Amino acid sequence: MPDILETHGLVKRYGERSAVSDLSFSIGEGEIFSLLGPNGAGKTTTISMLSTLIAPSGGDATIAGHSIIRDAQAVRRAIGVVPQEIALYDDLTARENLVFWGQMQGLSGSRLRQRIEAVLAQIGLADRAGQRVKTYSGGMKRRVNIGVGLLHEPRLLFMDEPTVGIDPQSRRAILDTVKDLNRQGMTVLYTTHYMEEAAELSHRIGIVDHGRMIALGTLDALTRAHGEGESLRLRVGDDQNGPALAQAIGRLPGAHGAASLDGEVTAMVTSASDILPGVIAAASAAGIRIRNIDIQEPNLEAVFLRLTGRALRD
Amino acid sequence: MLKILQIALKDLRLAFRDRSALILMLAAPLALTIGLGIVTGRFSGGGNTSGVSDIPVAVLNQDDGQLGSSLVTLLGGSQLGGLLKPITPTTVAEARALVDADKVAAAIIIPPGFSRGILPSGPDGALDAPVTIELRNSPGRPLGASIAQSVVEEFINRVDAIRASEDVTVRRLIGAGLLQPADAEAYAHGIAQRASTTSAVTVRVTSADAKPLAPFDPLAVLAPGMALLFLMYAVTRGAATVLGERTAGTLQRILVSPTSVFQALSGKMLGIFFIAVSQLTLLIVGCGLLFQLRWGDPLAVAALIATTALAATGWGALLAAIARTPAQAGSAGTALMLAFGVLGGNFGSNVPLPSALSALGAITPNRWGMNGFEQLAAGGNLTGIGTNLAALCLMAVVTLGIATLVFRRTSTTR
Repeated sequence: MPDILETHGLVKRYGERSAVSDLSFSIGEGEIFSLLGPNGAGKTTTISMLSTLIAPSGGDATIAGHSIIRDAQAVRRAIGVVPQEIALYDDLTARENLVFWGQMQGLSGSRLRQRIEAVLAQIGLADRAGQRVKTYSGGMKRRVNIGVGLLHEPRLLFMDEPTVGIDPQSRRAILDTVKDLNRQGMTVLYTTHYMEEAAELSHRIGIVDHGRMIALGTLDALTRAHGEGESLRLRVGDDQNGPALAQAIGRLPGAHGAASLDGEVTAMVTSASDILPGVIAAASAAGIRIRNIDIQEPNLEAVFLRLTGRALRD
Repeated sequence: MLKILQIALKDLRLAFRDRSALILMLAAPLALTIGLGIVTGRFSGGGNTSGVSDIPVAVLNQDDGQLGSSLVTLLGGSQLGGLLKPITPTTVAEARALVDADKVAAAIIIPPGFSRGILPSGPDGALDAPVTIELRNSPGRPLGASIAQSVVEEFINRVDAIRASEDVTVRRLIGAGLLQPADAEAYAHGIAQRASTTSAVTVRVTSADAKPLAPFDPLAVLAPGMALLFLMYAVTRGAATVLGERTAGTLQRILVSPTSVFQALSGKMLGIFFIAVSQLTLLIVGCGLLFQLRWGDPLAVAALIATTALAATGWGALLAAIARTPAQAGSAGTALMLAFGVLGGNFGSNVPLPSALSALGAITPNRWGMNGFEQLAAGGNLTGIGTNLAALCLMAVVTLGIATLVFRRTSTTR
């Protein structure tokens, strides 16, 4: 499939600090491509550059054949953006919001009305379209936020962490919507720090950390290349010394890395059953009580831990 | 252009859905106007002049009798509570020149023989020929001139009333036989003469631009004063929405659609202008209907509303360009609104200001707008407020120009 997006050495610097460094990747038409990384990895900055909101400090990218630097207006016509924060007018109804945002995309008349009805049906809010957005739940607002990005049927849709801070039911609805859109032929660039979402949705995944692409490929390819062994997740509680346990596990034979976050210690190990007695002994020696042990097959979190030495949710 | 209009109309809709903003934009100025109208006695028929004071007038007394002196004493005395501040030219030409140079609101020229034209001076009670007080008003100070005219006319009305009661008394004394007709003969000629006219003195009003003055109504000053004061609230609220859209991410969302920065910011500015025009129009029309105020030439009023709103929009744009957060714009906007209210004379001219600060009022839309509304309410027309319209347009060009430059600079650094 032809590439709809290509980036070439994209860079964004703020003074001395580099938010994005030498980022190069491509997305094929009809693909769901996820940028997976922790908060502050440079995902939103990348989306901001690709959507022409901020200018790159170096490099370039083309979308549908148009340079984001030299032909911003053509790029904007080809893309739809669903920002991380809900960017709607609370005192307008959902329908009024859609009318306004459709007008900003250049839609008018019967075409605009037709698209609004289609989007309202797609996001499941046709019956509440006349209510002001401020009366909506967080999940409903998220759905309208997505609907705005779909109005003009963009060739490439940017979705920047669209499930942050919502209930599981709304999250499920959003993930299903993304899959539906893709089935209808829409290309999606999806950013998230939830590995489960990236794993469920994506044809390919790019893992970013500190503004750099540290791994890129399909889920299978990534786990095969970087995720050999198993992932051991230990629940120790916030009152326990998780970092000390992570350090102790990291020194055990068969451990490839361990990190502690929010009362949980995650370790990449060759064989969970072989290392577990040593882990329990190390916890006991340090006076740390383990409340729960979870052994997982190789996954994206293990890949991230392997590549960075840190937990993905850090 | 279509997108600019669409953004502006969206902002107008949002403004009229914000209850707290509506209270401050429309209800508060109306309530304050009514309150001040009650305080000034507008609704009870009493009171004086909405707190206006120290109106400069030139008073030339050429009369050698008692009435001329009484009128001079009245104009400068405590009875008027410092309403007028008379200065005394020595010649008629000098008095008129003071008006023409806009140094005073009006010149009151009391003619020679003023007292003898009203009060009998001889043993036969005869009067001199009827006399005329000249009142020359300044078109640039319609309010002050109108007040000076009212004071002089009230003085003459009282003198007439006293003369009338004197005539009635003499007639009753004759009728009751307490005064013999022979004794009363001396009065007969005077009574006959006075009966031939309702007043022995008239006021001839002239103007530097030869236009008559309309009667003064304090609400004609209070209503636009409050409307203009809260106009600055409306535009500073608009400025805060520019920054609010940046904070909420909606401005960024507009900018990732095929909409240019110029279109987005022009739409926001046009929105502020629409809100300002709507607010001023509603208040001016509303006050006119509620209080039976006559604003004057509708075309001139419309032009004044549009240019005042445009100038205020310029200040709003400047605030939006300089402030960094909506909260900063809000607090700076409140300070600007109050400062402009004082400098622009929206609280009445009884707020004493040093001359430098008073001159600073010229940079406020409030001052030019107030003066324009006063002129129109006093019978002025579109040509008469030409200076006001030009000043307001110039203010809009300068403030919007600076705001554009600051926007350009900050958009590359933020």
